[in-house]
Amino acid sequence: MSPELILSVRNLSASIAGQQVVEDVSLDVPATGVTALLGRNGVGKTSTIKAILGLIPRRGEILLDGVGIDREPTHRIVQRGVGYVPEDREVFAGLTVAENLKLAQRGPDAHWDVVETLFPDLVQRSAQLAGTLSGGQQQMVSLARALLNPNRLLLVDEPTKGLAPKIVGEVADALVRAAELAPILLVEQNLAVVRALARDVVVVSGGRVVHTGPAAEFLDDPDLVRRHLGVHGDAPESAAAGAVPDGAHPTEAPA
Amino acid sequence: MSTVLLLAITGLGLGALYFLVASGLSLIYGLMGVLNFAHGAFLMFGGYAGYEVSRLIGATTWPGFAVGALAGVLTGAAIAALTELLLVRRLYERHIEQVLVTVGLALALGALASGVWGTDAIIITGPDWMSEVTVILGARVPNNRFLAIIAAVAVLAGIVLFLKFTRYGLIIRAGVENRSMVTALGIDVRKSFTLVFAVGGAAAGLGGVLASQYYTIVSPHLGPSLLIFAFIVTVIGGLGSLTGAAIASVLVAMLQQFVNYYVFGLGEFAVVLALALVLLIRPRGLMGRVAA
Repeated sequence: MSPELILSVRNLSASIAGQQVVEDVSLDVPATGVTALLGRNGVGKTSTIKAILGLIPRRGEILLDGVGIDREPTHRIVQRGVGYVPEDREVFAGLTVAENLKLAQRGPDAHWDVVETLFPDLVQRSAQLAGTLSGGQQQMVSLARALLNPNRLLLVDEPTKGLAPKIVGEVADALVRAAELAPILLVEQNLAVVRALARDVVVVSGGRVVHTGPAAEFLDDPDLVRRHLGVHGDAPESAAAGAVPDGAHPTEAPA
Repeated sequence: MSTVLLLAITGLGLGALYFLVASGLSLIYGLMGVLNFAHGAFLMFGGYAGYEVSRLIGATTWPGFAVGALAGVLTGAAIAALTELLLVRRLYERHIEQVLVTVGLALALGALASGVWGTDAIIITGPDWMSEVTVILGARVPNNRFLAIIAAVAVLAGIVLFLKFTRYGLIIRAGVENRSMVTALGIDVRKSFTLVFAVGGAAAGLGGVLASQYYTIVSPHLGPSLLIFAFIVTVIGGLGSLTGAAIASVLVAMLQQFVNYYVFGLGEFAVVLALALVLLIRPRGLMGRVAA
């Protein structure tokens, strides 16, 4: 495996309840920056992330920094330094914010300073039950759980889904900082966020990878965007105008 | 007045026994989604272990009873942990197989108990205080009811403190909500499964010792008869809710006692009717979560 890759996936297939949801996906994630995993609804982006993490049954080869993880259970993969921000946040509603974070802490060298800097609101709300937080605040908890630990790779699934434009900007800010700490494989529908954050894109259709390349190149090609995503490259961007911070740009994290 | 008080306190005592069984059932279902039909067998073996050990030391002495109770707790915990490790661990997410295996285990353990101790009930004795009564406002309340109530409150407090203030408790509370997300945080949730089985088995084992004092017998039928009510309590309280199990234990036992006394022994019928009403009106139970 190329030394500049943190994740290499080859011929990944996965199924849920006997139904094939990922079919022969191969993709690479560079050891720096944000790689966006794009595709229309239901093409298998979330399933690909879950399959990498071992949350659903899968076949194929998955190398994390050159080491095979495709036969390992989810908790071992995460312990190897893979942070996960799931679609729909999945915070523990009956636990407080502090308990959600404490549960996520994997070792003594937790980045509490990062969490406190990025999410000061969560510090104020540490004793509040996570289930009583707004959607945006729950997303912050979900992100904070992943950023709390030293990670070699972050898998972030639709972090701006269902959030108000102002919150989308805050989440994008947090992801910019997160990308400085670890490479990210990002599933994201909001192309403005993708344009602001991602350096590379991997496009999935029908459970297979149909395009890979630089993010800007893909997003600047309206035909390509329309063909693979079914939208105009600039439509979601204008819809989310003001939602992405001015300073956000494709990140080049230090190697 | 004295009759009402007597029924209330004996109802609480019976509710305490139900809770000792239902607490484990509820935790096991809540975390692992396993309906454990062998739970009554943990209770039964706890009762037999308590009987054998206290008999060795002196069944009518407090040290004999205390060590017997400890033996019941340890036996229940050990059998439950072995059940999880050897049988249930291979069957997570396979609900039909879980039911078949735990029902089969319950039958096998019942047959084993019958083989070792016989099918007839064994009369249980305890310290003299247990068979005496305490008069409260004219109500002559058997003392063993108080012991069951105190033990159930202690178990409830212990489990609540464990869940609230320990790392494993945190994992279990989170796991009851969303098990796969716990593993996605890098936690091997299976270790908690064995622990929860052991804690539930320990409570059932203690329940077995106290139930044998309550009914003054231990028999192979002790587990199944209490398990039925514990399942009803667990469903009415809300599957997976410890607080719900505690509240429902008291409500079900009270209903059973009062209806049995005032309506021609129809207590068991009333309990089943209450279960049907809860399932019709509030299927998730008193404190259960809405299914996603």
